[in-house]
Amino acid sequence: MLSTPVIENAVPSPETAVRRRRWRLPFSPWHLLLMPVALVFVFPLVQMILTSFMSSAEINTYPPRYLPSSPQITGYIGLFTQAPALRWLGNSAIVAGTAVLSHLVLCSAAGYGFARLRFRGRQVGFLTIIATIMIPTQLLMIPTYVMFSRLGLVDTLAAAIVPWLSSAFGIFLMRQFFLSLPSELEDAGRIDGCSTFGVFWRVVLPLAKPALATLTIFTLLGSWNDLLWPLVAISDERWYTIQLGLANFQGPRRTDWSMLMSGNVVATLPLIIGFVLVQRQFIATMTMSGLK
Amino acid sequence: MTAPRRNRSRARLAVAVRRNATAWLFVGPATLIIVGLSIFPAAWSLLISQQRWNGITAPKHIGFRNYSALMADPEMYDAVRHTMVFTGIFVPVSILVGILLAVALNRRIKFLAFYRTCIFVPFVMSAAATGILANFVFDPRAGIINSALRMVGIPPQGFLEDPQQAMFVLCVVALWGALGFTVVVYLAALQDIPAELYEAAQIDGASRWQAFRSVTVPQLLPVTVFTSVWQTITALQLFDVVFTTTRGGPVGVTRTIVYFVYHQAFELADYGYGSAAALVLFLVTMLITIGMIVYARLKRIEAF
Repeated sequence: MLSTPVIENAVPSPETAVRRRRWRLPFSPWHLLLMPVALVFVFPLVQMILTSFMSSAEINTYPPRYLPSSPQITGYIGLFTQAPALRWLGNSAIVAGTAVLSHLVLCSAAGYGFARLRFRGRQVGFLTIIATIMIPTQLLMIPTYVMFSRLGLVDTLAAAIVPWLSSAFGIFLMRQFFLSLPSELEDAGRIDGCSTFGVFWRVVLPLAKPALATLTIFTLLGSWNDLLWPLVAISDERWYTIQLGLANFQGPRRTDWSMLMSGNVVATLPLIIGFVLVQRQFIATMTMSGLK
Repeated sequence: MTAPRRNRSRARLAVAVRRNATAWLFVGPATLIIVGLSIFPAAWSLLISQQRWNGITAPKHIGFRNYSALMADPEMYDAVRHTMVFTGIFVPVSILVGILLAVALNRRIKFLAFYRTCIFVPFVMSAAATGILANFVFDPRAGIINSALRMVGIPPQGFLEDPQQAMFVLCVVALWGALGFTVVVYLAALQDIPAELYEAAQIDGASRWQAFRSVTVPQLLPVTVFTSVWQTITALQLFDVVFTTTRGGPVGVTRTIVYFVYHQAFELADYGYGSAAALVLFLVTMLITIGMIVYARLKRIEAF
């Protein structure tokens, strides 16, 4: 994917060739920058994973240890026995799973509608949706909380799910993608007798896989990692998401680093595994997602 | 003579109705959710911001008194100042370091995939988990950073517990989590620069630094406008890391605007005051964003 103009490997001009020969490192000097930076970025994560396998006593020894002397999983056991972490993970999975599914269905349908279909209110509808992108979630959280409490949604899992059903960003992303598709294929589908829905389902969606992948990644990251809204809307421990569980975990049981680091690993691991698996697509996706 | 025409127009009407209905089946559900969860609450927050209301007793309309109280509230100004300090460090550093790392990653060297993974992984981690991890490594007594500092002869620091340092440590933590984003965006932008521009620069005898200054930097300008706006919005909305690390402390030095809104509305149960603060935050964010975009437009006109 890095098939780019790489200036480094261009033919050096005569002067630079001479200048370079005088003292030449046996490796690219960029390593001197990248190696320490990469270590700084990855060190805390490695430390998090290593600490999660230490006992509380070992974590509290002074000076701090880097490696667990005898790896153990007491932190993980505590996490799942002393706290309902499994339930929190399940709640997060439900929230994120619903968010992704619902985004895929609703945003792609709406994006297609706004890109390709002609109907009354199209302009107004689309402008309304775009305008909401500018409204920060912080402004919405107070009235939304009040609204949800009147609807009896506060302190249920639905409170965490409903705001993630659809998003203006998702619709915009999908619309931009559908606009970029050539319409000849759709015309062919229509001539073959497909309904509007048939064209969308059989012709357009299969072509939209890259855009759908982008939408999935952004929705997954956003819904799984959300803290502020669950914090506002949920106070019953049974309906905590894993992020909320972790954040609240800290207060009374602050010193139990073993459990906290295990919790951190558990809350982060699904996304890291996902990231490593789809790394190339992830980076390509991040870069193509209409950000340019 | 008139009957068939009427029939025809009725048929045409039926087709139009059908077409509209189908289209609204496509866009309706998503539009309804967004209007219900954005436009409606946003309008409502205008109303709430003019009330004294704790969510339990009946709301009382007090006009613009929340706003005037806000203008006289030193805590609000503190929150604005803290947010500005954070934004003032976070945005330029994430852009400059983002460019530097993207340039470094944009070449064929060994371990490229390894470096890229290391730099991107923190970005997928939640701000909440990042905050908890920061508490651990920056712990003044048991933390690894202090133990490393001791090895090189620097006395232990208070970090997040030291009012002088807490905000800067938060900047470091937030940058650690967010740099992956600017690096990716710049990497993509670098790859879009046509190779011919560099070849032309080389033919003109430009050194690598000159090529960077006269080809790379101007080509990256549009992306830089985007990242500046994006990172500014991100910085103004700082909350999760604060909540999981300092909760606004020590002595309130890390209380940001969003934290202030959260504190007023959900810890002190003053919905009206919280809404007024949120609206001010929204207005400021919008003004800054529009200002940056207008400035960029003007700049580009000057440049051409």
